[in-house]
Amino acid sequence: MEDTELLIALNMIPMLGSKRISDIASTFKDMQSFMKAGRDEILQISGISDKLCEHILKNRDKINPSEEIIKAKKIGARIITIADKDYPELLGQIYDPPPVLYVLGDASTLKYNAIAIVGTRKASSYGRNVAEYFGRELASREINVVSGMARGIDSHAHKGALDAGGPTTAVLGCGIDIIYPPENINLMKKIIHCGCIITSFSMGMRPLPNNFPARNRIISGLSMGTLVVEAAEKSGSLITADFALEQGREVFAVPGSIMSPYSRGTHKLIKQGAKLVEKIDDILSELRLESAFSGDIKESGTTADLSGEERAIFELIDFQPVHIEQLLTESKKTSREINSIITRLELKGLIVTLPGGYVMKI
Amino acid sequence: MLSQVKSCAIYGLESFLVDVEVDISSGLPAFDIVGLPDAAVKESRERVRAAIKNQNFDFPIKRITLNLAPADIKKEGPHFDLPIALGILSATEQLSAESLKQYAVVGELSLDGKVRPVNGILPMAIEVKEKNLKGIIVPWENTEEAAVIQGIEVIGVDTLKDAVDFFKGKFSIKAAKTTPKGQTPYRFEGDFSEVRGQENLKRCLEIAAAGHHNVIMIGPPGSGKTMIARRVPTILPSMTFEESLELTKIYSIAGLLSSHSGLISERPFRAPHHSISIIGMVGGGRIPKPGEVTLAHHGVLFLDELPEFPREVLELLRQPMEDGKITITRLNATVSYPSRFFLIASANPCPCGFYGDPFHECSCSPQQIHKYLAKISGPLLDRIDIQTEVAPVKFSDFESTSITDSATIKKKVENARLLQLERYKGENIYCNSQLTPGLISKYCKLGRAEKLLLKDAFNRFKLSARAYNRILKVSRTIADLEQSQDIKEDHLAEALRYRNLDKYYQNLKI
Repeated sequence: MEDTELLIALNMIPMLGSKRISDIASTFKDMQSFMKAGRDEILQISGISDKLCEHILKNRDKINPSEEIIKAKKIGARIITIADKDYPELLGQIYDPPPVLYVLGDASTLKYNAIAIVGTRKASSYGRNVAEYFGRELASREINVVSGMARGIDSHAHKGALDAGGPTTAVLGCGIDIIYPPENINLMKKIIHCGCIITSFSMGMRPLPNNFPARNRIISGLSMGTLVVEAAEKSGSLITADFALEQGREVFAVPGSIMSPYSRGTHKLIKQGAKLVEKIDDILSELRLESAFSGDIKESGTTADLSGEERAIFELIDFQPVHIEQLLTESKKTSREINSIITRLELKGLIVTLPGGYVMKI
Repeated sequence: MLSQVKSCAIYGLESFLVDVEVDISSGLPAFDIVGLPDAAVKESRERVRAAIKNQNFDFPIKRITLNLAPADIKKEGPHFDLPIALGILSATEQLSAESLKQYAVVGELSLDGKVRPVNGILPMAIEVKEKNLKGIIVPWENTEEAAVIQGIEVIGVDTLKDAVDFFKGKFSIKAAKTTPKGQTPYRFEGDFSEVRGQENLKRCLEIAAAGHHNVIMIGPPGSGKTMIARRVPTILPSMTFEESLELTKIYSIAGLLSSHSGLISERPFRAPHHSISIIGMVGGGRIPKPGEVTLAHHGVLFLDELPEFPREVLELLRQPMEDGKITITRLNATVSYPSRFFLIASANPCPCGFYGDPFHECSCSPQQIHKYLAKISGPLLDRIDIQTEVAPVKFSDFESTSITDSATIKKKVENARLLQLERYKGENIYCNSQLTPGLISKYCKLGRAEKLLLKDAFNRFKLSARAYNRILKVSRTIADLEQSQDIKEDHLAEALRYRNLDKYYQNLKI
């Protein structure tokens, strides 16, 4: 059993990977012996070069794990190490699990079955809708929706989960006290309220580009499967999908239009054998989760109680965005009637209106 | 020898009488003007001297002192030339002083003695009538403008000699008469029926015009925003005589009336470019002059590419939008100009113009889009009740189902306005856009079903409190357009569609 303080301390040393940390921690057992350890002792651990040893020694005096614990406590964050029994089980099974996790919010969220939803930051309206849809559907079945709180697909996946009031977990690529991207502050607050935010980075870590692959590894590691909603040809989400495969987890991909640049990556995954997902059951059946939840599922709108003219307009609206002017022409109705019907359909949860004057079915 | 001629000066939008007193005494030849004249007034010495000589009158080689009373207000402009010349002629007994007393005289002189047109004739004529003078002598080109005011003689003169002859009784000039119709300074021919497609936008503007709601149109460049905005004056109710008079006064002072034009009868359309300065927008200057918000009084102020306007210029729009007037304070004067305009603004959805278009990739980052839209401040947006989207051109190509023309819409708009005037009697407002939160709860009562719908909409769309009042005001107008006493579900549902910017922000912020 490794010492918590020691793990936190080692985690604070930059450039030290999970594997090295666990090696060092298992050698020294506790903080004191690590602090006292001489150069030779450290060098004895396999795989530690002169250069790395120098680096460790240099940083050893700068770090103060007890101060770090106080800092985390101050903002309400909890620190879970790999030695804790609360450490997420699935994450513990991967090759190099992060030794320390900072958790803000309800840590028990991590006990639910989890599915990751990832995708491009520059999402299309289709992608945003799909992300929200799956986020909502999964969360309403008490499946934890794991994502990275980045712009685009990630944010919308969280948003969908929050709409259902269900569990969701955001994995950050920076310290738990840093809000990134900054415009997501409200989303972050909501996630903390309904689920939790976790990171493997120590307090005050900036969102450096190198951090994100490590974060993606945690996203896939926490989850039974990873759903890629939209990804361009070279996208970070594809890295997450690779990690998922490496970790022996499922990869799901949502198809899109062959014209859309944002679906190239997902189509590539499908070609390579990722499971094509059209509806929620595609995911549930693959992971044998159909029976995991037996509560009431919040239904999206039904077309049963539509009036005649509402139905007539609804039938003109497709899953592709339709412009309102096009509806006007096709329905031969006036703008006054159409606008009022569109609001009603929107209120019934059957369609969404998109920026630019478009509407589409959901 | 002393003489006195009456003339007028402009202060803000109003005019006041000025006594031009001329004293000629012996001594070294001199010509002094006192009574806070500005440069243009001081220079009139040279014009008057040449004009008197060239019209074959005698210019006295004596000491001339000229006073413009009241002496404590700055006088500006060249329109004192003619009264000064007549004063000198009267003081040297080339003209009887008696006949001058009943008339006010304005006009600029050229060196050969011709009378040139001047600005601000209409307010001067109003002042002349209020002070019970018999009439006003104006440059011939300004006759129609002055003749708008009934009950005074308007004498248009072409030369200094004409004016002298008139006072000698030799030259009878018939007082000009005018009918209250004339040209507009900016007249845009056009009709809503010429705009193909864009039925949704037309409907929005119909509602906006009916309730005097300000509008912002969001759409890609080249989708016809300017074209349709220019046609909005054609669906606004006709101006009343009082409105025309007020507007003509503004244009008269700004010097924007063409010669021989009487009352302006069509509503103005002003479309300043976004390079406009603060003074250009709200008025000002060392001696205050009206700006675009005043020139758009009773008409349309169209701000194309709203986010491109300097922020400080946009923020200054708030007072005029709220109070219907703008007060400018300068060292020399504090003046209020009326500015009850109908704001139509347009904006691209993002810097590249493709945000929200499912068929084009938008090349802007969320921060860029946010920064772009955030240039329109919340308080300003609060005063814009209707936010709508303009369809890209490809959709305007569709064969329209209905061709709505301006006259039909105008009729509906006028009826709706009448209803509002009737309802708000005694409330000190005249249209739905002016409803305060207190008045909203009084005049926008909802039934059970309507309340439920609104509650549902608020939960689902996560609307702001700001949006709440806007939606109620707009649904009141939609009900008025149908001459309906109550706000019905349909009206609310339609009004809920005109909250587009909320949606943009929601998509960005989540």
